[in-house]
Amino acid sequence: MADIAVGDEIPPFVREPGFHHWNRYAAVNDEFVPIHMDNEAGRAAGYPSAFGQGNLQWSYLHNVLRQWLGDDGTIEHLSCSFRGANVKGQTVTARGRVTAVTGRDGRRVVELDVWTENDAGQPLAPGTARVSLPA
Amino acid sequence: MTLISEAMQAAVGRELSRAVSYPISVSDIRKWAIAVYYPEEPPRLFWDEAYAATTVHRGIVAPEEFNPFAWMTAEPSGVPPSGASRVDPDRTERLLGIEPPGLKFMLNGGIDVEYGVRMRPGDVITSVQSLAGYREREGRLGQMLFSTSENVWTNQRGEVVRRYQGTVIRY
Repeated sequence: MADIAVGDEIPPFVREPGFHHWNRYAAVNDEFVPIHMDNEAGRAAGYPSAFGQGNLQWSYLHNVLRQWLGDDGTIEHLSCSFRGANVKGQTVTARGRVTAVTGRDGRRVVELDVWTENDAGQPLAPGTARVSLPA
Repeated sequence: MTLISEAMQAAVGRELSRAVSYPISVSDIRKWAIAVYYPEEPPRLFWDEAYAATTVHRGIVAPEEFNPFAWMTAEPSGVPPSGASRVDPDRTERLLGIEPPGLKFMLNGGIDVEYGVRMRPGDVITSVQSLAGYREREGRLGQMLFSTSENVWTNQRGEVVRRYQGTVIRY
């Protein structure tokens, strides 16, 4: 990979999640929770519709890092908080911005702010990451 | 008024659950990758053995966030309790055998993970979950309870796969 500098944004990972995505995720994670399957249950919890699993946002944060890092990179640490729900009809974009670049044991260590956001650019799941990749 | 009882505070640090996975299969990894990359094709590292053998991993590995405990575990054995008990907001306190706060709704508040070695086909993962702490604050939807648990996964060689801290919000 070419030079990495503080402030760089990594290529985004974009999806338009709905029941096709949430049901597939429920099927692999055995996560069949009414708020993710049923608009009525989503409304009862205070949202306009059913909404996607927080854990799927978590996977999208891994995806945006993996597609940038390639197979040689390592995700060492990742955190996020769940601020907003991915309700039906939203585009979800996972993004990352480099906040620090250092080195360790001959590898580059990169820290990033990472987040998923909705169509309006409001963060849904903001967090931080530390990754390493070959020098 | 506090949602955090003396019994709840006293339970901080206690073990909540322990589980051992079945050996991870390439099919489990492939399906996970398909689901989280849907509708696009997932990276070949997660499903193409010939390709994966040429990478630094020398074979298929699981996506970092893969869950080998879904559906059924080797220990405890048998099909886990269905639906209602797993989405029970009072699950944490019921596991501890203490009086639960009795809140109606539960959301995933946040995740913090340090990763160790990758999970691979054939790995057997042991999970030990403990209660890390409680806090509370007033939120948009009323008084909200935040409970944090720590979950350490190790593989069959005793290597740490991940250290996970998860926060659940109840209201």
